[in-house]
Amino acid sequence: MRTRRFSAVAAALLTAVLVAGCGGSGSDAPESAQSSAPAASGPVKLTYWTWVPNMDKIVEVWNKAHPDIQVTVSKQAGGDDASAKFLTAAKAGNPPDLIQAEYQHLPSFVAAEAVADISGSAGQVRSEFSEGLWNLVTLGTDGVYGIPQDSGPMMLYYRADLFEKYGIEVPKTWDEYAEAARTVRKKDPKVYLGTFSSKDPGSFAGLAQQAGAQWWSISGDAWKVNVNDPATVKVADYWGGLVKEGVIDDMPYFTPEWNKALNDGTLLTWPSAVWAPGVLEANAPKGKGKWAIAPLPQWTAGENVSGFWGGSSTAVAAASKYQEQAVRFATWLNTDPEALALLVKEGAIYPASTKGQSVLTEAPDYFAGQEDFWQRANEVAATARGFTFGPNVNVTYDAFRNAFDKAVQNRSSFADAVTAMHEATVADMRKSGFQLAQ
Amino acid sequence: MTTTPKRGVRAGRAGAAPYLFLAPAMVLFALFLALPIGYTIYLSLRRTQVSGLGLGKGSRREVFAGLDNYAAAIGDAELWAGWLRVFGYGVLVSVVMLGLALLFALLLDTAHVRLARFSRISIFLPYAVPGVAATLMWGFLYLPSLSPFQAVLSVFGGEVNLLGAGVVVYSMANVAVWGGTGFNMLVLYTALRAVPREYYEAARIDGASELQIALRVKIPMLTPAIILTTVFSIIATIQVFTEPTALRPLTNTISSTWSPLMKVYRDAFVVGDLYAAAATSIVIAAIALVVSFGFLRIVKNRAFGEG
Repeated sequence: MRTRRFSAVAAALLTAVLVAGCGGSGSDAPESAQSSAPAASGPVKLTYWTWVPNMDKIVEVWNKAHPDIQVTVSKQAGGDDASAKFLTAAKAGNPPDLIQAEYQHLPSFVAAEAVADISGSAGQVRSEFSEGLWNLVTLGTDGVYGIPQDSGPMMLYYRADLFEKYGIEVPKTWDEYAEAARTVRKKDPKVYLGTFSSKDPGSFAGLAQQAGAQWWSISGDAWKVNVNDPATVKVADYWGGLVKEGVIDDMPYFTPEWNKALNDGTLLTWPSAVWAPGVLEANAPKGKGKWAIAPLPQWTAGENVSGFWGGSSTAVAAASKYQEQAVRFATWLNTDPEALALLVKEGAIYPASTKGQSVLTEAPDYFAGQEDFWQRANEVAATARGFTFGPNVNVTYDAFRNAFDKAVQNRSSFADAVTAMHEATVADMRKSGFQLAQ
Repeated sequence: MTTTPKRGVRAGRAGAAPYLFLAPAMVLFALFLALPIGYTIYLSLRRTQVSGLGLGKGSRREVFAGLDNYAAAIGDAELWAGWLRVFGYGVLVSVVMLGLALLFALLLDTAHVRLARFSRISIFLPYAVPGVAATLMWGFLYLPSLSPFQAVLSVFGGEVNLLGAGVVVYSMANVAVWGGTGFNMLVLYTALRAVPREYYEAARIDGASELQIALRVKIPMLTPAIILTTVFSIIATIQVFTEPTALRPLTNTISSTWSPLMKVYRDAFVVGDLYAAAATSIVIAAIALVVSFGFLRIVKNRAFGEG
């Protein structure tokens, strides 16, 4: 009998072990992609995590010209998962040499000491970029933590053909946008002018930037956190009001449902970034030639400002043995005219480099009707303003999703959701011991 | 385990041989179970300490945190809310899934069923579909504007968002039941085939109907297998992660801390706090141990025929 009881205990123990093993310390270790130990001779081998389409083709050009520095591309899924994967790999001690780092994730990479300060060898490329973008890779410090690759100034994408059908003017202010939303609902109750996505904090951050928000800032040796500043609350209240009124839909972006709405003309606008043509082309093939761009609606008539959604830099891992070679590659990739032309053509990105923007001449296929697409995009890009991202954007963005999910579902106050984001951010920073300014 | 002196002597004579035979298993156990668990416990007692802006070199240190992480995990209302959600979900899944599995196993075991082989395979087949694929497939079927169910429901005048609040848990349970019934059915069916046919013959001679045989002979004979599948279901429920995680991008009714394991994942890989995640894992493991052991204790008399 005793043995039997023992086996029951053993079974239960095993159960617990299985659960612990599963939930514990991250069982699927990311593939180790670090370079092998330096050989006396032979080329330096670098690994590069990125999700830019066709990057392998661009890298091939570099590899042919530089037999002594060979780069291998490892394609990543992108987004928040890629950031988590890199941080885990860096903690485990085997990160890639180079990574694509979104601007909002860069501060957490720096705080985790996962990326190298490359100010020594990359400082001279500063003049290639606008002040605003350069600040995103220095975080306002003396260090340089990456070389800007692309940026995502926001514009308003709209269905030109259906705007005409419903007799709507392109909205110049957010008030006009709200009015247009009501008009559309009256003309056809199946159609929405737009939707508020509770899954895309990056989009919300961009809209808040446009309104003048500053979620984080550095004052002396302390962080100032202000996620619920008046500008952000204004944006939240605006969208919350429209969702509550029922004139704006609440389905998240990038879902099969959303694709369908873009495709069948039941969704008329998308305030999005300059990289949107690729998304539209893949998800709404039927809309080709029917979409057009305009500057984002403004908060005050006559103003002309925009925000950023996305954009990334090329960063070098702190654990890389070949930081200098890695910087050389990153510099070439993001500032060399040949590389920029390839990035635009093969990678379909909007280059951060000022001279790279002049490479853009031919409008994307999807916008074949709008020949001045890039000219307009460049004009918008010049008006976009960003803000400093803090060291725990992941926490803020996770809080955004949970709080806005709930607010959308219960039709409750969006301003309260912003407060929840702020509190989660501050609580996390306080717990870790960051110096906070009052 | 009552060891007699005689056995002790015998073991002594065998020398190192038993240990040699045990060695591979012990090494594997130590490397892949004991060590990771030990490391998890170690991590759970530590935390990061940032100073100043946290941006310069050496501004982030790992320090001993004592039981702070455990206090935070146990005191976290969201974790307990997660347990409550998972409890409701688990009861739903276990009862429906095991009920269906038992029903199918009994039906397949009756003498008259046709196409037994085909039915068996088709009921089992969903188990072979990976959880993520199954959840995404069902997720697309649930989406209001794409769902064929929506079309059917609207005929009856019912506008139900299958991913809406209050409904989503049933939609999720449906995915788990769809995927898990086949496996449990197979376990129960195999156990049924092992029952000597003479028992049924004897029951028939005594005048029992097929239904009576199922209720009075087969189910009692199946008790150990039913208990086994129940324990498996409890464990699977405590670990529920795939279904809510894969459905999350499609709906705004599932938070990133919907189930306890999702919270562990969130803490470890989204928030980047491995230490809190480690402590929460240990708490989850402890609860799993208590629940599984508690269940086995309650049913042990029937399961193992102990007095």
